[in-house]
Amino acid sequence: MEWVNAVVQGTLLGGLYALFAAGLSLIFGVMRLVNIAHGDLIVLGAYLGLSVTTLLGLHPIAALIVVVPAMALIGYILQRGILNQTLGKDILPPLLVTFGLSVIIQNALLETYSADPQKMNAGALETASVSIGSLSLGLLPVLTFGIAIVVIASLQWMFYRTSLGRAFRATSDNQEIAQLMGLNRRHIFGLAMALALGVTAIAGIMLGIRTSFDPSIGGGRLIFGFEAVIIGGLGNLWGTLIGGVILGVAQTIGAKIDPGWQLLAGHIAFLVILAVRPNGLFPRINE
Amino acid sequence: MAAFLQLDKVSKSFGSVTVADALSFEVAKGEALGIIGPNGAGKTSMFNLITGTLSPNSGAIHFDGSNITAHSAAKRCRAGMARSFQVPQPFSGMTVFENAMIAATQAGGMQGSEAENYCLDVLQQTELLDRANVLAGGLTLLGRKRLELTRALCAKPKLLMLDEIAGGLTEAECTSLVQTIKDIHARGVTIIWIEHVVHALLAVVDKLMVIDFGRKIAEGHPRTIMESPEVQEIYLGIEADA
Repeated sequence: MEWVNAVVQGTLLGGLYALFAAGLSLIFGVMRLVNIAHGDLIVLGAYLGLSVTTLLGLHPIAALIVVVPAMALIGYILQRGILNQTLGKDILPPLLVTFGLSVIIQNALLETYSADPQKMNAGALETASVSIGSLSLGLLPVLTFGIAIVVIASLQWMFYRTSLGRAFRATSDNQEIAQLMGLNRRHIFGLAMALALGVTAIAGIMLGIRTSFDPSIGGGRLIFGFEAVIIGGLGNLWGTLIGGVILGVAQTIGAKIDPGWQLLAGHIAFLVILAVRPNGLFPRINE
Repeated sequence: MAAFLQLDKVSKSFGSVTVADALSFEVAKGEALGIIGPNGAGKTSMFNLITGTLSPNSGAIHFDGSNITAHSAAKRCRAGMARSFQVPQPFSGMTVFENAMIAATQAGGMQGSEAENYCLDVLQQTELLDRANVLAGGLTLLGRKRLELTRALCAKPKLLMLDEIAGGLTEAECTSLVQTIKDIHARGVTIIWIEHVVHALLAVVDKLMVIDFGRKIAEGHPRTIMESPEVQEIYLGIEADA
């Protein structure tokens, strides 16, 4: 039963990892940009959530109403102002620029909020649990997992059923022709980044309620996000959710064997899958 | 009446290779202009200059009353230009219908069911309706050529630019394609058509222009142009190679 519990808790943890990864997956899918600053943007989202809850006295979940649009706006400006200029045939400039951005965000957070670990107070939500049989599930992890499913289903729907999604896919498919069809690549990429950072804001707030955070933890979140994306297969959003779940389950099972093994077990699972299926479990065929 | 599209001494070169050499010509609204010339004469480059994929070293391009020389490709497209590519370039990971919808919604400025119905009409006309839900990457060459035409038409163009759309088609296919283009022309769409299949071209165009080395060699009534000795020499030259 303890093992079943570990798997269930790991699955729920995977929801958080899928939220970390969804924005990363979206950006890579639309513009082939590997965003090294993604983890720090998640942490930025958490800090914005902290400020909003402190200043306005809102519940962290309610703070999403402010933080998601704020992050989306930051995303659009960031893309139009900086990242669009780095995109081209050479893949190195976006890597370097987002790496620089990562350093800048970390230090700006350090200046503004200090290095002290912070946490958002979500009141009863943090300790509430639901019992299913002999399993006791935290309401927060269940909520996080539910949000991850809703976010991924919405992104999937948006991608394949809306005019914006078609524009994303067309631009991703052939930028030059998309331009000739009247699509403004810079604007489309701006919208993609806005959407990605909107999702990142959700990830940041769920992270900030679940655990304490400080400006230096972005790198670790980036790795979890990357691993989830790659396990699931590039360009496949549902795959990303499954990737997150596999990572989460590997970590909780690792922790069950020995508490020191939690992170290692996740990385081992990632390595094994990478060795066996280099394209991930569910790569999209036309990638 | 002012010209619908006007190129004024447009030049473009890549190092020592000149693709447009002080190229000037006009197309009136509703006119169909045919363009011929040997391979490498600068025909496709001229399309790239008009649509904005290339920017000229010098000269000006006017379209529908405004100077568009500095406008982006996307802006020119929304102003009413659409083209097909000699080598078809569909969005291969999207279905035929979605390819059409991109053109209709982005370039054509239509929305929702209006765009959908318009695309279905065009797909019917270009005989791709039964392939609407197939991924564009899975089409045959002929299918891709038709998709090029479909996409250009879904953009509701005022100026339709066709780049060797008849190349590689069978005689019967070519005849039906010519009829389709005639119908489009009859609706008042201005057409510029680059083609090596001269008889297809002559069935549609009002005026013919010959280009070589990025320069305009001749321009005028199609029959007169085809019979001029200069054109015969250049043009028979290609025929001999082909």
